[in-house]
Amino acid sequence: MVVARHYISDGMLAAYASGNLPHPFALVVAAHVSMCEDCRVALEAHQTVGGAVLETTEVVNVSSELKNNILALLDDPVVATPVFRSSGVYPEPVMEVLKGQQPQWKKLGAGVKQSILSNDEQGSVRLLYIPAGQAVPDHSHGGLELTLVLQGSFSDETGHYGVGDVEVADENLDHTPIANAGPDCICLAATDAPLQFSQFLPRLLQPLFKI
Amino acid sequence: MRQPSAEPSLQTQWMLAVRDARDKAAFSELFDYFGPRLKGFVMRSGMSAAQAEEVVQDVMLTVWRKADLFDPHRAQVSAWIYQIARNRQIDVIRKEKRPVPEELREDPEVEPDASQILAVEQEAGKLKDALARLNENQRVILEKAYLGELTHQEISAQTGLPLGTIKSRIRLGLERLRHELGELR
Repeated sequence: MVVARHYISDGMLAAYASGNLPHPFALVVAAHVSMCEDCRVALEAHQTVGGAVLETTEVVNVSSELKNNILALLDDPVVATPVFRSSGVYPEPVMEVLKGQQPQWKKLGAGVKQSILSNDEQGSVRLLYIPAGQAVPDHSHGGLELTLVLQGSFSDETGHYGVGDVEVADENLDHTPIANAGPDCICLAATDAPLQFSQFLPRLLQPLFKI
Repeated sequence: MRQPSAEPSLQTQWMLAVRDARDKAAFSELFDYFGPRLKGFVMRSGMSAAQAEEVVQDVMLTVWRKADLFDPHRAQVSAWIYQIARNRQIDVIRKEKRPVPEELREDPEVEPDASQILAVEQEAGKLKDALARLNENQRVILEKAYLGELTHQEISAQTGLPLGTIKSRIRLGLERLRHELGELR
């Protein structure tokens, strides 16, 4: 049996390493790398290239005070920043955004819930909770959408996505993801366009009303 | 080609002395090597000299304070410092906390494996040789990508860039290492 694996592309990993990925995508990549050893190794390869660029870059002399300043600070007590460890199905980068709390779910209807983690000019990232057998609602998105499965699984026209898999969907992909039987599906979904809340009816009902 | 050497690079030796013995002399050596490179690197992204020195200070203090997270079985010192530097630059520029993956904490019970550490360095050495052979145009694009000047779409669209080749060879190397390391553990 071939197990479908869905990874993050090289271009995206390189952009993540160099810090040039919009925050919503960076969160998905960080969460995926926390769950996927292959992508961690791939990211380390990109970091190695970055390290080579750093080592071969033209040096600029530092001021004489800088080193003394730094050496003088080495013994200073450090205020420890809290680290929010992974909890349940949520990897550490997600718990970091949630500040260690469990997600605050908002009902979208038909048992589907969402918890918006951020929504601004960089795009949006949210947790989606889809009961087994249910379709993913409100699924219009401008731009690119990355969906990382944290629990359960879903399927659409492009394949089957299990825990740790990432679906990359551009705006041209017209798909209907449905949560598979088994545990309810929890996903981390990011777009590089802000969410739109203009709909009066859930998108699920739109075909019914021919909107 | 580089000759495989029998011991880890000076940078790795310094970093391990910092990590395991809190050795300030070794830290001073690390600073002398990476400080001016970091400053040059950061300034290429358009930061002023004064701003760049602040970033260098933050990065080098992180190197000292988070030294326990350095794992020479997985990364070269320069790769580890590169990521710290880019993270710090992004935090400064965008005033936001960049999402980072969960850290793999080395099991303190596991003895360091010199041959694995050397093998990581040899793979990285081969990578540097490959980078040195790039033509001017490819090198400029590669540097832009890793300085954070290209979007993921732009990086993916770069057909002239032997990124895949370079990466797959280092990736294969790291995967092999990881596999061997897994068997040792």
